[in-house]
Order: sequence, then structure tokens, then C-alpha cells
Amino acid sequence: MAERERRLTPPRGGVFVPRVQVLAAEDVQRAITRIAHEIVERNRGLEDVVVIGLQTGGVPLAFRLAQVLEEMEATAVPVGMLDVAFYRDDIGIRPVLAEAITAIPCDLAGQLVVLVDDVLFTGRTVRAALNALADYGRARAVQLAVMVDRGHRELPVRPDYVGKNMPTRLDEQVDVSLDGVVLGDVVPR
Amino acid sequence: MSAPASVPEADEEKPPAPRGEGRHLLSIADLGAEGIEEVLRVTDAFVEVSRRPIPKVPALRGRTVVTLFAEESTRPRFSFETAAKRLSADVLSFAVASSSVKKGESLRDTVETVAAMGVDAFIIRHPSAGAPAQVARWVEASVINAGDGWHEHPTQALLDCYTIRQVLAERAGVAVGEVGVQAFAGLRVAIVGDVTHSRVARSGVLALAALGAEVTLVAPGSLMPPSVEGWPVAGVSHDLDAVLPDVDVCYLLRLQTERGAGSFLPSVREYTAGYGLTARRAALLPESALVMHPGPMNRGVEIADEVADLPRSVVLRQVANGVAVRMAVLFLLLGQPTGGDSGGGVDQSNGPADG
Repeated sequence: MAERERRLTPPRGGVFVPRVQVLAAEDVQRAITRIAHEIVERNRGLEDVVVIGLQTGGVPLAFRLAQVLEEMEATAVPVGMLDVAFYRDDIGIRPVLAEAITAIPCDLAGQLVVLVDDVLFTGRTVRAALNALADYGRARAVQLAVMVDRGHRELPVRPDYVGKNMPTRLDEQVDVSLDGVVLGDVVPR
Repeated sequence: MSAPASVPEADEEKPPAPRGEGRHLLSIADLGAEGIEEVLRVTDAFVEVSRRPIPKVPALRGRTVVTLFAEESTRPRFSFETAAKRLSADVLSFAVASSSVKKGESLRDTVETVAAMGVDAFIIRHPSAGAPAQVARWVEASVINAGDGWHEHPTQALLDCYTIRQVLAERAGVAVGEVGVQAFAGLRVAIVGDVTHSRVARSGVLALAALGAEVTLVAPGSLMPPSVEGWPVAGVSHDLDAVLPDVDVCYLLRLQTERGAGSFLPSVREYTAGYGLTARRAALLPESALVMHPGPMNRGVEIADEVADLPRSVVLRQVANGVAVRMAVLFLLLGQPTGGDSGGGVDQSNGPADG
């Protein structure tokens, strides 16, 4: 779930006000290309690699990453998407939007899964995603790629591939898309 | 959140949904078109869950759901219990036949006793219309109507709508999520059979009409309610042969002999002759028309054997979708913030946040 959407959802609703453009579209593209190289280097190729984007913010990044990997190694890379709404630990604290689609392209048993998300913050989404993945089979390994690591972890989660490390204040808001990364604030309506 | 063990004697009953709407599912009318659409959309997610190697999610972990069926009915109970278990809720199953109800305990005492144990939802089937609504006044928990007398059976109507939408999506060659409820606009549905005694018909008419379908009721005069005033139906007919060539969905109701439908008819054979979907009648249907039935089917009465097994009959698919639809209903009622937690504003300083 994109941080942006969740944060703008009632009852906490507010309006995102951009402040600083941190990465431009080309920077995001370069970061994806670098992460693709790191994935190939670390795994010595792309054998059994499956790319899974987390709904909703990680999905466009995952598809872009898979495309870059395919062009780089001239091999097909299965790509899917995962909605972790039913696995969150804050059901009952915040409204859960169960509208995003989950589509896992293949059996994950024995595969190497690269999870992709836009922003790594508390780590709770990743925790939920790991539980969700386990229900699709026992992956050989799971690696985590994020465009922005903004700190403030609440769980022992560490990314394997990072687009940009970006220290933030808790009340700030990070907006990530293929068009760039913007830092801003949420103000009450 | 659990109800107090003894509710003070109140002269005036509380309204059914004291703390905001959407806490109970008592009637399709509670949902409206938007509510139905939301259920169908969330059902998509649970259909996907049902296809997984491990078809279970932890969404309702720690919640307790009670099925209280005052009418013997195994399959709907299994459907609800499967749905609750796939959401990781704890399920208590209250079998009226073997309980203190036999010893003369009232429904109110029964539900208040169970509620005192700490229950988040009651799923109630009862032979008396309005029993679930009455229970909703007595307890704090959510109440889901799983069929009350001749009144309503909302989850059946929802799963029927979902099944129709699924078939429309397949025919259009798109993912089911891409078919909006506007696909129901102008859909011609005939609901055939024992309309008087059928809660499935009442919920079905409300749901389909809310989505814009044109519903025609077809029944012998003795099994048609004395008045359908206020029912959102396009028409009423006593001639099935005349209706069949112009329908997209032929929805057959079960002849409810246990509710005395038999005494409204000269004989069951005569009913079949006039209103059963025989092979001859099935041939009158347009090529694309669907045949639906809420089950259990009386083969040879309202539906002929050979018709029940035709590809256009989606009866088994209705059953399969039942679990996913009931998961969606439970999730929407129980998987949301509870009344006490309202941390408005955008203060995120100590709240859990995403990432």
C-alpha cells in the first residue's frame, strides 16, 4: 500500500503538500538500473528470480525493474503483485483497503523472490508481505528492494537494495513514483 | 466490546444499528447499490485467496464468530464457518437442536449468554422473520442474517450477483474486477417458483433491482404474494413459457414443501408441469441465458435432471462463490476500526505508520 494513499485515507485524512523534489524521474530510472545490476551480481544471474511489487506503490517499480532485468540479461523475469491488506497488524487501527489486486505469476516454492516497495519506513508492510508470501510456497530466499529508505524502523527489517537512503522526520511524507521522489507534508483538510 | 451479561430492562428498544451503519447485515436494503458494489469488489480479493495453496489469511485473528442456526441446515453453516476460518477467526457453532434452547431457554437469553463470553459477530438463521434484527438490538456484536423465515437471505443474493458478474466477465474475456456493476443495468432476470415463501427471492429482487436489473417474478397465483406493491420488479407473470425467451438469467427457487408450499398446489407434478424448468423449456431460453438455483435442488420438481447439469447451469459455482462472498461480508463488518478508536487528524507522531 502506498504510504501516500493510506495516509490520505479517513479517519486520518489530509492533503499531501509537496516541499522538495528529492529525485527526478531520471534519478529514479538510474536507481532502478543500478538495483538491477546489483540483483544480477548478487545472485549470479537471474535463475529462479521472481519480482513481486507490493500494492500499490511498489507495483510500477517492480514492472519497471523486471523490464530492465529482462533487457539486461535477455531472459524472461516473472513479475507479480501482492496486496498485504489481510496480513497487516493494524487491522482495527486503520481502515483496510482490500481493493488492490494480488497476482502471483508462478509457484514460489524454491524461487528467489525480490520484493519491491516504494518506501521502507516502519517495516510493518514488509513483515506482512513475508507472511503473505509464505502462503504461496516456501521461497528459497526473499530479498527486499526499495526506492527510498526513510528510517524509523519498528521491526528488525533491512533492505538488500536501496534507491536512496533518506533520513526524514516522522511527520514528513515521502511520495514515490516513476516520475520522481518528493518530500512533503500532510496537512489537515 | 462484549455485551454486558444482563441488559437492563428497557421499555423502548434500541434501534438496530445504534453505533453507525454497516455494523450488521440484516437486509440487502441496508447495503444499497454502493454497499453491494463494495462487497463484490472485496469478494474479488477473497476469490484470489481461495485459489492459493494455503487459502487462509490472518485478517480476523482473535475475532470470535458464532453461528446460531435455529433451522437445520448444514451447507450454509459450513459455508459461513469456512469463510470465518479462512479469515482466521475463531468459530463457535451453536447447534440449537442440542442446546439449552431445547430446555426452554429463550432466544434472548441464549444470545446474551453467548455474547457475554465475548463474541464479535453472530451469524443467525431463524425460522422467524426479523429474528436477526431483534438480536441486533440485544447485543453489541455484529449480526449477519443467514436467512430469517420468509424475510431475507442477503448473503445468498450477494453471491448470486457475484456469480452473474463473474460469468459476464468471462464472456467479455476480462478480469472479473473490470466488470463494474453497471453490467447489471437492463439485465433481464426471471425469478421463478415459490416466491411467497422465499427469502432468497426477496433479497434477490432487492439486490438485482438496486444494481439496475429488470426482475420478473414468475409463479402460480397461489405461490405469488398477495401483493408485490413496493417490490422493485419490472413485472409479474404466471406464464413461464412466455417469459423464458426474453431472459438473461433464469433463477429457479426451491419449492419449499417444509414451509407448506405443497398445500398451495394441487400436486407437485402439476407444479412441475407449469413451472418446472424441463428440457423442453430450457430450449426456449436464449443461447446465452444462465440457469441459477440457490440449492438444494429438487431435481425433477423445479429443475429437470438434464437441465441441472447443463453448462449454462451455474449452481455449483454459486456454492463456490458463497465462501468468498461471506469472507468479504465478515471482513467488511469485522475488519474495520472499532468505534472506540478514532484518532482523527494527521497526527502520526506515535501511531504506527507504513513503509
